[in-house]
Amino acid sequence: MEKKSLWKKITGSREASLVIVLVVLCIVVTIKSPAFMSVQNIMEILKNNAVIMIMSLGMLCVLLIGGIDISITSTLAFAGMTIGMMYKYSVIGSTFLGFVIATAMGAVCGFIIGLIIAYGKVMPIIATMGFMYIYRGLAYLVAQDQWAGADALGSFKDFALNNTLGFGVLNNVIVVAVVCYIIFFVILKWTKFGRSIYAVGSNAEAAEISGINVAAIKTAVYTIMGTLAGLSGALATSVYASAQPNMQTSKEMDVIAACVIGGVSMNGGRGSVAGALLGALVLSVIAKALPLVGINAIAQNTVKGVIIVVVIVLNVLTQRMMDKANLEKREM
Amino acid sequence: MKKKVLSVILSAAMAATLLAGCGGGGQEAAAPAADASAAQEEAPAEDAAPAADDAAEAPAAGAGTYALVTKSAGNPFNEKVAEGFQSAVDEMGGTAVIQHPESATADAQITVIQSLISQGVDSICIAANDENALQAALEEAAAAGIKVCSVDSTVNVASRSVHVNQAGVTEIGQCLMDAVYDIAGGEGQWAIVSATSQAANQNAWIDAMKSIMESDSKYANLELVEVAYGDDEPQKSTDVTQALLTNYPDLKVICAPTTVGIAAAAKVLQDQGSSVKLTGLGLPSEMAEYIGDDDAHSCPYMFLWNPVDLGYLGAYTSAALVSGEITGAAGDKYAAGTMGDYEIVTAGDSGTEVILGAPFKFDPSNIEEWKSVY
Repeated sequence: MEKKSLWKKITGSREASLVIVLVVLCIVVTIKSPAFMSVQNIMEILKNNAVIMIMSLGMLCVLLIGGIDISITSTLAFAGMTIGMMYKYSVIGSTFLGFVIATAMGAVCGFIIGLIIAYGKVMPIIATMGFMYIYRGLAYLVAQDQWAGADALGSFKDFALNNTLGFGVLNNVIVVAVVCYIIFFVILKWTKFGRSIYAVGSNAEAAEISGINVAAIKTAVYTIMGTLAGLSGALATSVYASAQPNMQTSKEMDVIAACVIGGVSMNGGRGSVAGALLGALVLSVIAKALPLVGINAIAQNTVKGVIIVVVIVLNVLTQRMMDKANLEKREM
Repeated sequence: MKKKVLSVILSAAMAATLLAGCGGGGQEAAAPAADASAAQEEAPAEDAAPAADDAAEAPAAGAGTYALVTKSAGNPFNEKVAEGFQSAVDEMGGTAVIQHPESATADAQITVIQSLISQGVDSICIAANDENALQAALEEAAAAGIKVCSVDSTVNVASRSVHVNQAGVTEIGQCLMDAVYDIAGGEGQWAIVSATSQAANQNAWIDAMKSIMESDSKYANLELVEVAYGDDEPQKSTDVTQALLTNYPDLKVICAPTTVGIAAAAKVLQDQGSSVKLTGLGLPSEMAEYIGDDDAHSCPYMFLWNPVDLGYLGAYTSAALVSGEITGAAGDKYAAGTMGDYEIVTAGDSGTEVILGAPFKFDPSNIEEWKSVY
């Protein structure tokens, strides 16, 4: 067997091409604003985008089974707002309990969506659109026209300031994100459950015949998505020291975009944890860099969109080259 | 067969949620109305004699149905405006109809306005989500004999009789400019973190600050380095504030004339222990943690107006328009309950307005008291 050349390795993997895009992006930004490559700045990027990065993992699973979930930021707001009000009225005081409640609420929210999609056979976009309004509405109901500000959150907001989980080096929020990524990397790569997710997404009928309980897998995936959204609700509340019923509105598009940039197929069956991470990082770097390099505020959204499209086109071209190379090999 | 049963169940469930949804909404809308009618019942009992006297001269004095349309549900500021409006209408013995649109858009407000027209209210007092987009709906209301005034955020001249302004644009600009001057110590770089680049309120205040800075040599040593837009999102506001700190190492003061932006900026500055100080317009409950004179706090003081008083004045202005006491022309005078007398003046957009008063200053001495109010 001939050894693959380095060039082929790089062009042969979507993730590798994304790494190149990311590096180029970082270099360009650093030339324009040298402070970009500082440790502090990188930590700020990771902390300020941890919520998007974590939810990208759930969205990866949802997209892998050929679904979509646009209710996630509503779940996030519902969970975050609920614990925010709990701290405000001193129903709970412990930080850990807040995380448990928010995450559990997210799991229940996701589980309900999963049941409706898997057993009610409702199209995911329709079902989650409905729940987008339901959960967002519940967040407003819980809020009762109030916000939970820094003062009301007490010691809960300190979680996002401390490094206790990261051995004094990494911020707690970043540690949570890293742990999530490790768990999902292992699950999707090496567990039966993980492989079943890919199987359901590639060909649901074949998966069913081979003995996989497709409906159960689907329910589980939406439950996972909800769980991560609930966890993100607690994180967002802590990071910004503020719970508002409209928090993270329309950010679900950023989460989906992160996955798509990362090469996750919207038709299911194709995508990786590394891809989701890289996609989320590309978006994070763009969000941080645009105000830093002094692009006019009004033009920032346009520039962001152009960069996203360019990255995706590059990625699709790489994929095509890969497929072509594979076919050539077969003919030999 | 199984599919049919399922679809029937689903449709039934959908119909049920629809009903439940409507029921919930109905209750909410009915609640203030019920309160108001209870107040109405009390009012005649208390001062039945004067009411009877009045009835001979001006039958509808204060007893009409006054509507308030806020920007959106779920915002503590709007809720306090509604509270003031409600208490003023209760005082007058009228009926208050308070409507929070489901989202902060002109579309949602148009729907609300149309339903108010068909309800036949006497007046509409609205905090506009868009200056011009509501014109058709509000003109329709005016044609139906409904008196229209705006509060907090104005509609254009053709759409309103008068605007109830929380504080004049120049007063706010002057207040913020003086705060920047004071905190910066008279010289140095400063920046603005605003809401969106299209936000009418913020843009007017920023323009006012700029022109004040140019017109007075007192501010000659202050340099406005950038106006950044955080889009009223905590995440983006955090990014732009951090970018300001990185790009301008000599920055002294940030001014954020928006409640979401100022809280996000305050958190960034305080967490980093930055020497940059903050001022602007913010909610006391959101900002309590950051207001203080020492280095551990990022915001020495900030401003806002009293939303309860604003709603209160909005209600009395509505009532004065309905009773015909005022027409909304400059020079008209009327009494606003316990708040005293007000006079209508010409506004910057060639329409007319009534100004609540100077912005209210929140500093370490009073923040503890106000943080529980709103």
